[in-house]
Amino acid sequence: MAYDPIHQFHIEKLIPIEIGGVDLSFTNSSLFMALTVAGASAFLLLATRNRRLIPSRGQSAAELTYQFVENTLKDSAGSAGMKFFPFVFTLFMFILVANLWGMFPYFFTVTSHIIVTAALSLTVIIVVLFYGFWKNGLGFLKLFVPSGVPKVLLPFITLIEVLSFISRPISLSIRLFANMLAGHITLKVFAGFVVALGSAGFLGILGAILPLIATVALTALEFLVAALQAYVFAILTCLYLNDAIHPGH
Amino acid sequence: MEAEAAKFLGAGIACIGMGTAGIGLGHIFGNYLAGAIRNPAAADGQFGRLIFGFAVTEALGIFSLLIALILLFG
Repeated sequence: MAYDPIHQFHIEKLIPIEIGGVDLSFTNSSLFMALTVAGASAFLLLATRNRRLIPSRGQSAAELTYQFVENTLKDSAGSAGMKFFPFVFTLFMFILVANLWGMFPYFFTVTSHIIVTAALSLTVIIVVLFYGFWKNGLGFLKLFVPSGVPKVLLPFITLIEVLSFISRPISLSIRLFANMLAGHITLKVFAGFVVALGSAGFLGILGAILPLIATVALTALEFLVAALQAYVFAILTCLYLNDAIHPGH
Repeated sequence: MEAEAAKFLGAGIACIGMGTAGIGLGHIFGNYLAGAIRNPAAADGQFGRLIFGFAVTEALGIFSLLIALILLFG
């Protein structure tokens, strides 16, 4: 039990609620989602409370995240994509803060559950589909028929494009979920090595230094992954939105 | 063969996919670095594309990791 690397992802009911046979319990996952929203809101609200022309350190941090997402969105979707800025920024901050909360020992990682990431990525794809058809009408289907392709190859290319579009929500959700899951399992497994070796006498404690160093290094790597995956999710959202804004490119 | 043994073997075989995705990622970052050294001024502008290529390639390795995890714990 103590060495079980999967146990950390167990969902526990904190406040059992059941309405009409539907389980609506307040779980540890819900708690950490609420903490994520609270953390992100508190950071942005506190940092921009006393706005000044020469920003304080907190205000600079908030402005940096804002400009970072703004540049990402403008680079990939153009200035027409700026109307989606609140959407992309919310996604980025939610995933970033959820991943960072998960880095605390004994804390629950919201994004290590595929149901959470699948809901996020389906939101993105539904927004892309609705906006694409609303803005371009049937012209949105040009996305699947690239121009300048020989007539013989066109059916195959179209099929491949459709398949690649269908696999987008799958890969978007699985990437985030599997990265967080695998990272946290690896951390736990190496931490388990330290405990197992440490209980094996003096030589074991000497040997346990190696996995301890590995655990420290992996923790640093996990912080990098936590930020990188939030960025990857945001940039892919921008690219998919670009398809909806300018199809047929 | 025992079903349990076949599961562990399958999980190990699935991890080959992660290694090949690692080769692909090495190509991406290696070529980016080679290009960035030749033309450092243009390097920052391509960072988004680097990450996009990284994400798309990494997804394939992650899929095989997922298969291994499902076999081990599913």
